[in-house]
Parts: sequence; C-alpha cells; structure tokens
Amino acid sequence: MEEQWVEQVVYQRPKSLSKVPTHYCPGCTHGLIHKLIGEVIDELGIRERTIAVAPVGCSVLLYNYFELDGAEAAHGRAPAMATGLKRVQPDKIVFTYQGDGDLASIGMAEIVWAATRGENITVFFINNAIYGMTGGQMAPTSLPGQVTRSSPMGRDVEMTGMPIRMAEMLAELPGASYVVRRSVHDIRTIKESKKAIRTAFRVQMAGAGFSLVEFLSSCPTNWGLTPYQSLDWIKQNMVPYYPLGDYKVADIVKDLK
Amino acid sequence: MQEEMIFSGFGGQGALFAGMVLAYAGMDSGKNVTWIPSYGPEMRGGTAHTTVIISDEEIGSPIVQRPSAALVLNNPSMEKYEPLVKEGGVLVYNSSLISITPRRTDIRYVPVPASDVANELGNVKMANMVALGALVTATGVLSLEAVIQALRDHLPESKHEMLEPNVQALRRGAELAEPVVA
Amino acid sequence: MAPVDPLQGKELLKGNVAIAEAAIRAGLQAYFGYPITPQTELLEHMSLRMPQLGRTFLQAESEVAAINMVYGAACAGVRVMTSSSGPGISLMQEGLSYIACSEVPVVIVDIMRGGPGLGNIQPTQADYNQLTKSAGHGDFHSIVLAPSSVQEAIDFTVLAFDLAEKYRTIVFVAGDGMIGQMMEPARLPPMQKVRTTRPDWALTGAKGREKNIITSLYLGGEVLESVNQRLQAKINRIRAEEVRYEEMLTDDADILVVAFGTTGRIAKTAIREARRQGVRVGLLRPITLFPFPFAPLDELSKRVKAILVVEMSAGQMVEDVRLGVWGRVPVHFYGRTGGVVPLPGEILDQILALAGRLDEPPSGELREFVGMSVSVS
Repeated sequence: MEEQWVEQVVYQRPKSLSKVPTHYCPGCTHGLIHKLIGEVIDELGIRERTIAVAPVGCSVLLYNYFELDGAEAAHGRAPAMATGLKRVQPDKIVFTYQGDGDLASIGMAEIVWAATRGENITVFFINNAIYGMTGGQMAPTSLPGQVTRSSPMGRDVEMTGMPIRMAEMLAELPGASYVVRRSVHDIRTIKESKKAIRTAFRVQMAGAGFSLVEFLSSCPTNWGLTPYQSLDWIKQNMVPYYPLGDYKVADIVKDLK
Repeated sequence: MQEEMIFSGFGGQGALFAGMVLAYAGMDSGKNVTWIPSYGPEMRGGTAHTTVIISDEEIGSPIVQRPSAALVLNNPSMEKYEPLVKEGGVLVYNSSLISITPRRTDIRYVPVPASDVANELGNVKMANMVALGALVTATGVLSLEAVIQALRDHLPESKHEMLEPNVQALRRGAELAEPVVA
Repeated sequence: MAPVDPLQGKELLKGNVAIAEAAIRAGLQAYFGYPITPQTELLEHMSLRMPQLGRTFLQAESEVAAINMVYGAACAGVRVMTSSSGPGISLMQEGLSYIACSEVPVVIVDIMRGGPGLGNIQPTQADYNQLTKSAGHGDFHSIVLAPSSVQEAIDFTVLAFDLAEKYRTIVFVAGDGMIGQMMEPARLPPMQKVRTTRPDWALTGAKGREKNIITSLYLGGEVLESVNQRLQAKINRIRAEEVRYEEMLTDDADILVVAFGTTGRIAKTAIREARRQGVRVGLLRPITLFPFPFAPLDELSKRVKAILVVEMSAGQMVEDVRLGVWGRVPVHFYGRTGGVVPLPGEILDQILALAGRLDEPPSGELREFVGMSVSVS
C-alpha cells in the first residue's frame, strides 16, 4: 500500500498579528514579545475586543503589527489613555506596551497612578536599559557604568542615581494585582514570559485589577553586540540587577487558577 | 429699576447666603438678577462679599463701582464699603459688631443690632437674615413676603428646622429698619 | 388652564455648575479632570452626578493625565470632556496637539484666571492666544466659544459637543472666573438620551471589520503634509460656517467697541450710558473667538470712525482686530490684567475720551493705530 503523506499545520502566524514586516532591528526581542502577546490573544479568543495602546519609543508603530484596534499615545501617557478607553467600555481588553523611557521616566506619574487605582488594564513593560528609538541614550534602567550615547563614560550613579526597579516599586502599591518580571533570553524564560502574559490578560478579563509584566529585552544595535551576545548580556548583566520573579500576585489572582 | 447691592462680612457670617436669598427672591419675582461672590482662599474668617443686582432690564456688568445699597456685618466691611455707596443710597450695618461711627451725610444709615437680635432669637448665625430683613425694607427692592417665600422655596430640605427661626429673623430685621436720617 | 410658570423653567445657577449640568444633559458619557480654582465646582458637580447616572467620572492625578484619559475615551467614540483653568490648560497642551491631529472630538472648558505663572484666581481673558492660535505644538486651531452669561455658558456647552462631533475637533468653552462663579437665572436644556451607538472610526474592538487605528504619527513628509492639508481644509470649513457674534447698536455707530465674554457684557453697560450722553457707540461681541468674526468686523470698519478693544489682558484679541480692519480706522485698546475686572465707568471714560477726539485728523503715525492704554493702576 502506498504511504499517505498529509501536510499538517504545526505553526502559523497568530491571527492577532498583521502580515507585515516589522521595523525592528535584527535580533531585537520586541518582535518576539509581540508574537507571544499575539499568540495569547488568539488563545484567549479576545482579539475582537482587544485594544492596544502604543507608546513613544521603538514600539511606537506597534498598532501596525497587531490585527487589533489601536491607538498611539503621547510619550509616557499610555496608562492614562488606556484608562480613558477602558473606563468607558469595561467589556473591552485594553493593554499598553511601553519601553523604559516611556514608562519609568517621562510616564512615571501615569503608571504609578494607574497601578494605584487598580486600573483594570494590562501593561507590558519592555526594559532594555536604553533609549532605542533616539539612538541609544541613557535610560532610567541603564545599569551602573553602562556606556550609552548620553553617558559616554558610563552611567555615573553619583550623578544620575541608581537604575530604577519598576516591578518591585509598583508591586508595593495596594492597587496592583499582578506584577512580575520575566525575560526572553532563552527558551525557558520565553515560555515563562508567555505564561505571564496569559495570566495578566486573565486578570483583566476577570476584572481583577492592574496587571503588569516587565520583560528584560535586548537591544543589539544600541548595545553594540550581536543578537546572541545580547541575549547573554541580559543573562549576565541585567538579570542580577533585575531579578526575575513574581513581585505581586494578589489573592484574587491566585484564585483565578 | 436696578438695585445694585453689596453684602459683606467675615467668612462664615452668611453675607453670601443673604445675598443669595435675595437673588432667589428677585428671580422668583420675574426680575433679572446676578449674584457674584468674592472667591478665594479665605474659606473661614476672612472677609467675604457678594454683589447682587436686581433689575427690570438686562444686566450688563455684574460688578459695580458704587452700589446703591450695602449690607455690612463687620468693621472691615464698613471701612471698605461705606465710602462706596452711591449718594442717596442705603447702608445697613450690624451695630452689634461695628464700632465705626458713620461719616457720611449723603446716604441713609440703617443700624441694626443684628448679632444681638439673632442671639435673642436663639442663634447668632441668623444675624445675616436680620440684616437682610432690614435691607429689604429700607430699600424696597422687593417685598419682605417675596424674600420669605424665597427662603421657604429654596432653603435646602436638610436645613428646614432653621426655616421658621430665619423667617422670624427676617421679620425682626424688617421691624428694626427705621432709617436714621443723617 | 395650566398654571403659568413665571420663571419659564429658569433656575438660579452658578456658571460652573450650569456648564457641568448642561454637559450632562447633552449626553456626556465621561468626565476626567483635576481640581483648579476657579472651575472646581464644575468638577465637584460631575463627581456627584456622573456616578449617580451610571456614567464615568474620574479625578485624574494631573491635567496631563486628565487630557490623555479624555483622549482615550474620545477614541472610544463617547461624549467626553474636561475642564480646567490656565495653568492646567498649559499642561494639557501636549495631549491637545495629539487630539487635534488624531481628529477625535473633545470639549474642554477653560475658566480663565490671572496669569502668567501661578498668577491668581481672579478672572482674566489672557488665555485668548493660547486657545485661539494653537493650543499646542504644530498647526491647528480649535473652535473657541466665549459665553458672556450663565445662559450662554449652558447653550454653548451643548453646542460645543455638536460642533466637536460635526468636525471631529477640539471645542473650547472659554469662560473666566466671573462666568464660572456668577449666579444668574438660566434655563437648562432637557436631558438628552446618552447615545448608545459609536462612530465607525472608534476603537471598540476589530469585530467583523478591519482594525481601526487612531494616531498622530505619520513618518513620511508627504503623508504628514497631506494630513495637514486635510486639517487645514477642515479649519477653513469651520472659518466659513461657524462664525458667531453679537452686534449691539452698531447701525449708526461712530465708535465700535469690540469685547467678548465678561468684558462684552460690562461694555454693554458702558455703551448704554454713553448713548444716554449722546455718543454714537456700538458693540461687536465675538462669540466664536475662533473662527474670529472677521467679515462683520470688515463691514463695520468701513462705517465707524474708531474702534476700542477692551479685554482682560494686555492686548491679545486686539491683534486680530487690527488685522481685520486693514488699517482703515484707528484701533485703540483698553485692558486690565492680573485678574482686575474693568468696571463700566472705566470703559465709559475710554469711550468718552475717544468721542472727543474723533474729528482730530490721524497723525499718520502707526502708534495712532495701536493706541495701547494698559492700566497700571
């Protein structure tokens, strides 16, 4: 008998991602995190009621890459804009996607207050320790001694203070329900990231309050490293200062499982 | 007819409220009215004043240089508004608290021991209504009954236990408004 | 026979409260704001009424956040507004620029106070340039409605929502501390039903349709220029169709007073008194500060002998008036600043002084046309 060969789809682009190339640099992990978010939105079946709020920074064109309704916020103001979108249509799923300059510097007030109010939105915080879009200047999360275009002798913490640990800080706020830090530098951390994205969306779907996933993410171009070296740099340099883990898992979130 | 009145006193003496009762009465009588307060950081204790205009015609400026009448409840208000009242105008003042001797000869002074009378009636806070009763009678801007009706119609439900004492205060003030011709 | 209501449905209303209630009755679905004197009663009224009606109220952490919450809710296609005063409007300018480019409808109430800086809380009109020229970076204009009474504050608030949606633009209701704090009898509109449908451009989730994107980012020069051309075409349509103004006693006027809002009504008292004294003087009161009533001003400038602009500022609208009269007649200015409200007598003095000089030949010097008399008393 002749053997039957049937082609099976084992992998495809998530429906929540648009069929367009991104502008991200080769080896940058923005694209990977986009994919994880898109997969989770598909799996949860929420694409048709999800609204993305893009930041100012490398992911400014995020709405072009997702097959979702999307808005572009002013620099740092995405949590406020998401608040407006969500408060008038609580049945929708609203997420922001913000870099370290957007969230931890210029948008500090907006993120702290969204968390404080327990705003029922989901925030994806991409920490790559650098200002990518403007060409590699010092970020609020740049590491001590890190050479950037605006700290050419290395970040001098005597002058600028120490890098800020957002997940730890936001976890302290009573309004925050789910705050975790993840990375994407190897298969294990990528899988854990996806799980966290899923939990964060489920928190919002249950009306359980503010959820945030911080990702340690790479920037090969501005770090001056190859993509592979960049992943190693996350592991060797960022993880020790920004430990991965669950900083806030409120009881209401534990009950979801 | 256009009557332009200033109500002034310490914050908490109820000058603004007295003006508002009169404004309501004016509105309910089909007149044009404006009520504009001084507003600012002084929530308590400072001087607060309001300008109330009641007119048969459209009111242009809601603020005035020279009021045709003034109701003053304390010394600083007397200092400020006595010189500003128009010639032939009326100045109702709270003689319980105001020690300043009247200085003009071209306006009508109506001294009313408003705080003392209010105290006798059971609550010093009603001094504003005693003075208002006097102002209404002295100026004839509206009938006393229209003002009493306005108080009945617009005093918030939660303060209705104060309604009758306040009506009494208005009537007592009206009785006391015997002008002293200067 | 039904009893006649002598008030015809009027209530004694404070400007700030009247604006808030008018917005609610116009179908307002969401309010975001931050307390600032002299508009705080507006926010307070919203904080009580909106939740009672099952609508959205939120006190934001700053005016920066408030305007971006407004932006978000406007993207969802609901009727939304905020209110503030000069210092807060300055903080909102970033968001306003994004909103202008994104073309979502929003209503902003500015109850102006003395400036610059923290200034004080007394009435001024010194946000005129800020509101009419471009309330943020880049090229745009908002519609600016200037009420001069509590009734107009109500009527223009309702109108503001209709215009905002008609043109997908920002509409300011520009009052001042006097309008906000004053009580007058006024009639509120009937309660409109809150709209349940959303415009097709709104961000409601891409269900059974292509995704909607609301952005102000256009990276190519030509594509952003085409966006600008579209915005300017809209603004020109607004200029052509939405001019509003009031004229009083202008038919035979030798002197034209131009004043808006609070100074507009104060000028009326001065003008009536000047008429009693035999001076032929009239008033042009712009109601839309943008679009500015250039056409009626152009007509009037052909007939009058002199113009007096009165503002509670060091002279902002006067620049538009000078622009609009083509140098035909001298344009004089009288302004009070710092929160000092001009009294009718001051304006009357200016009118009378001007009336005494009408027969003097123009000196030909430019300063004759830009007679500044900012009071420094």
